[in-house]
Amino acid sequence: MNSLSHLKPAEIVLRQKWCKSCGICVALCPKRVLALDGRGKISLVDTSLCTKCRMCEIHCPDFAISIEEVQS
Amino acid sequence: MLSQLETYLRAEKLPHIWCPGCGNGIVLGSLVRAIDELNLDQDQTVIVSGIGCSSRAAGYLDFNTLHTTHGRALAFATGVKLAKPELNVIILTGDGDCTAIGGNHFIHAARRNIDLTVVVFNNNIYGMTGGQYSPLTPPGKKATTAPHGTIEPNFDIPRLAQAAGATYVARSTSYHAAQLTNLIIAGIRNKGFSLIEAVTACPVGYGRKNKLGNAVDMILWQKEKAVSVKQAAKMEPAELADRIIIGELYKGEAPEYTAMYDQIIANAKTEG
Amino acid sequence: MSQVVEMARLMQGNEAIAEGALAAGVRFFAGYPITPSTEVAEIMAEKLPAFGGKFIQMEDEIASMAAIIGAALTGLKTMTATSGPGFSLKQENIGYACMAEVPCVVVNVQRSGPSTGIATAPAQGDVMQAKWGTHGDHPIIALCPASVRECFDITVRAVNLAEKYRVPVILLTDEVVGHTRERVVLPDVVEQINRKKPNVPPEHFYPYRADEDGVPPMASFGDGYRHHVTGLVHDEAGSPAASPQVTENLVRRLVDKIDRNAADIISYEEFMMEDAEIVVFAYGGVARSAKRAVKEARQLGLKVGLFRPVTLWPFPEARIEAVAEKIKAFIVPEMNLGQLRLEVERAAKGRIPVKGVHRVNGELIPPREILAAIKEVR
Repeated sequence: MNSLSHLKPAEIVLRQKWCKSCGICVALCPKRVLALDGRGKISLVDTSLCTKCRMCEIHCPDFAISIEEVQS
Repeated sequence: MLSQLETYLRAEKLPHIWCPGCGNGIVLGSLVRAIDELNLDQDQTVIVSGIGCSSRAAGYLDFNTLHTTHGRALAFATGVKLAKPELNVIILTGDGDCTAIGGNHFIHAARRNIDLTVVVFNNNIYGMTGGQYSPLTPPGKKATTAPHGTIEPNFDIPRLAQAAGATYVARSTSYHAAQLTNLIIAGIRNKGFSLIEAVTACPVGYGRKNKLGNAVDMILWQKEKAVSVKQAAKMEPAELADRIIIGELYKGEAPEYTAMYDQIIANAKTEG
Repeated sequence: MSQVVEMARLMQGNEAIAEGALAAGVRFFAGYPITPSTEVAEIMAEKLPAFGGKFIQMEDEIASMAAIIGAALTGLKTMTATSGPGFSLKQENIGYACMAEVPCVVVNVQRSGPSTGIATAPAQGDVMQAKWGTHGDHPIIALCPASVRECFDITVRAVNLAEKYRVPVILLTDEVVGHTRERVVLPDVVEQINRKKPNVPPEHFYPYRADEDGVPPMASFGDGYRHHVTGLVHDEAGSPAASPQVTENLVRRLVDKIDRNAADIISYEEFMMEDAEIVVFAYGGVARSAKRAVKEARQLGLKVGLFRPVTLWPFPEARIEAVAEKIKAFIVPEMNLGQLRLEVERAAKGRIPVKGVHRVNGELIPPREILAAIKEVR
């Protein structure tokens, strides 16, 4: 069984216009969910890997990424 | 969730002025989470700041915000709190703003144990003006006004606050952002002078000149160097020399200033 | 028949300043001891609690200026008191109050300077500093009492003007007036002016949008009108802004706020000036000697009058210019080397001689010196 199946789906909200391409979120994400795209902006690689640990959210200096609970 | 937190921000002013990778935004986020957890009334909360990159944080917060003169935030805040003690008063300041030009107001506000919560954004440099050394720039490091390396010993900000009379003193880092939130919560809850030092990175003004790497390197350095109070208790002074001790460092009890003054008023009114 | 008995009291100028502040509604004082102003702080420390007011002795004069600004932003009428060295320290934060438009009163009981000078000797050497002490083009009001009763009345006026124009007001007195004791009968009730409050709901409120009179309504912390207050150049919302247009608009509005309301702000006393050929221009403690000199001159048959400005800044230049057209000469005795004499010269536009009588020896100018100057120019 997928160990993550008990979790509600996460919606990772990006605010690219606030992102300053520092790369902290990419470096701190334990699951390699994130990357910087061709313009250097925060983008998603594989959201299914996300465990909603929020390391990205609390370490982003620019409020450019957050994990929002999807109401199912 | 950011949608919850946006209510505390002047979102129309974002993106903020800070450099890519500057840790100030992380500390700001930790502060906002603390305020959210405590459910503080925005209209009954005043955020006072001095001058510097950290002090610009006040402009991004949707509260009664008071951006004052360099080093003087604690004196302005003392006036606000004494005049209207029912207000929650939080001060945002930097290592230079607080301990250099603001040093005198810092020790006296702590001495009075007036119910203020001070978050010192310590990035070891004067960032806004381009990277001059501060009382928290480690000896030997380079700065624009220390091209040959600084020769000045540093303050230990929490220790200074405690010695002066603070009743809650703590330190964390932008890496330990969740812990930082908890320490700020405890500081606000403390009815007395609370000091939380937030170690944060200035990649552009400090890191680059001292070859400390990029924003990622600097935040991972905080992770590596930090030790908890418990761990520190088991270490030798020599081992601790270049470490950052994080957590709640001191909690004490002492009469709070505005409460004592209210007693003076009560006495005066019954006598008169 | 019932008779109202007026209670006469013997008090010194500094005490009357404190009484005036309390009567005007001041409920927060932050200060630092410095001769010859300390009595103001001591009396406020003693009396404020019974009014529910707050007193604090801060760690220095910079902090006391900061504290009264912070307290004023919560809605209180506030005051501090100092002398020369402390006045110098306060300048940065005075400028902050000018820029953020925070009402407050700064008492400066002038002493002999420069620097430490003589703590217990009078002077009038801070007059230009009251106008220009803080950097940049800024609005300021400075008032000067000449008697113990005026210490009371003019302090009330200072508090009221600060509220009306959202500006720091300097109460510029000197060690003579501050420490002289006179018999006074003080009124029980005085006129109190309060700052304009917002008349729109918070979502429509612009903290730095001025009304017709150039003064924005002021919201206090905790009223529900949260906004940003800063010393940076800011827009009408209070947000830092640095465009040339916003900057120019703000600085000019701040300065105009006082200049265009000069007629309301300026006050002075004219004594025996109707037929005067020579006018003595004197203020503060020196005005007492000047009045005596004018009376003695009149007894000698000389047509001399006294112009006593109560408002030093804005300077009453329109009135001085008008007077200059009708008289032969001004005499300007001051306990400084000509700070307001320069202003009188400027306003008189070279029409007539302006003779100064200047003392910087820590002593009040005696009437005979002013009389001698009058005789010289007649």
